[in-house]
Amino acid sequence: MEHYLSIFVKTIFIENLALTFFLGMCTFLAVSKKVSTAIGLGVAVVVVLGIAVPVNQIIYQAILAPGALDSVMGITEQKDSIDLSFLSFITFIGVIAALVQILEMILDKYFPALYQALGIFLPLITVNCAIFGAVSFMVAKNLTLGESVVYGIGSGVGWMLAIVLMAAIREKMKYSDVPDGLKGLGITFISAGLMAFGFLSFGGISL
Amino acid sequence: MSSDTKKVLFGPVIDNNPIALQVLGVCSALAVTSSMANALVMTIAVMLVTGFSNLFISLIRNHIPSSVRIIVQMAIIASLVIVVDQVLKAFSYQLSKELSVFIGLIITNCIVMGRAEAFAMKEKPGVSFLDGIGNGLGYGAVLMVVAFFRELFGFGEIFGIEVFKLVQNDGWYQGNGLLVLPFSSFFIIGLIIWAIRQWKPEQVEKD
Repeated sequence: MEHYLSIFVKTIFIENLALTFFLGMCTFLAVSKKVSTAIGLGVAVVVVLGIAVPVNQIIYQAILAPGALDSVMGITEQKDSIDLSFLSFITFIGVIAALVQILEMILDKYFPALYQALGIFLPLITVNCAIFGAVSFMVAKNLTLGESVVYGIGSGVGWMLAIVLMAAIREKMKYSDVPDGLKGLGITFISAGLMAFGFLSFGGISL
Repeated sequence: MSSDTKKVLFGPVIDNNPIALQVLGVCSALAVTSSMANALVMTIAVMLVTGFSNLFISLIRNHIPSSVRIIVQMAIIASLVIVVDQVLKAFSYQLSKELSVFIGLIITNCIVMGRAEAFAMKEKPGVSFLDGIGNGLGYGAVLMVVAFFRELFGFGEIFGIEVFKLVQNDGWYQGNGLLVLPFSSFFIIGLIIWAIRQWKPEQVEKD
């Protein structure tokens, strides 16, 4: 239990997807104008990450990992061992796209109110690099199924935290006098940099 | 070269830069700019993937039903990225380790998807290919400028060749610790955007 808790806290603060690895930056910068939309998108990312990371973990370990198919195919010789890991990118992106599509249908059918709120964000999430990045990190870190559930949800919460904070800062920024050339994107980059600076201070914590 | 071709190829470098104006492909721009060698490899990889994905998608644009176009685009892009990844692993394993998940993340790099969707689905193959290369160049230009500042003032080197002798090696230059950290690219990109918009005031955002 403690182990899972430490992974959870670590993915939210120390290895924050948005501010430490800079993943999902395009949406982070484009959809952070209002706190309410930022929360909507954040929730959608948490849900998709919470499902996509464990599902891809199962698929990777059962099919794509080097030697995973050997026992099924009855291969015992080392030299015949099957390694499908080169297919992982295309599989992951296919799984994520399919998951988002299915989630959209389920929400549309059973939770129309939530669908109305999240609807426009869901297709965006397919190309959000935070999802793909978290899945790639899951493979790189060699997580178990339980760890990958915690990792998925934790990194989603971390990303949501970052985008909601960013949106709050940008709402306040409307009242400040920014130089013309920096308006919009420029000042957003610089404030994101300062936020990342702040998150850096979590780096010293050891769990 | 006719003026139209020139516009398609070099327009994205300053006038319509994917990072500074279109807010596309920001994630990798922040993370892989610690050295110019990494930035160069990333630029070439993105340029090839964007160019060829635009070419192939444009070739089959009249045969793709619009309801499944995202999946088709994804499949083409993912296959190209797998090729790039495998080539890099075979010929430069050290570099591919350093770039880690970011080569895979080209799949979800919004520049590739964005150009496929906005340009290649409508235009002829030849000009789409040029548009892809052009946007790769625009992306690369920002990447190289950021990497130049970070490597020169952070480590006193350009492409790994010593320019300023560091204090640690009995030289005179004290490396800038801030520029060594990844988030410093936020500030540099913010300042680049400011510079571009000061030069081309029509890019300034209205509030």
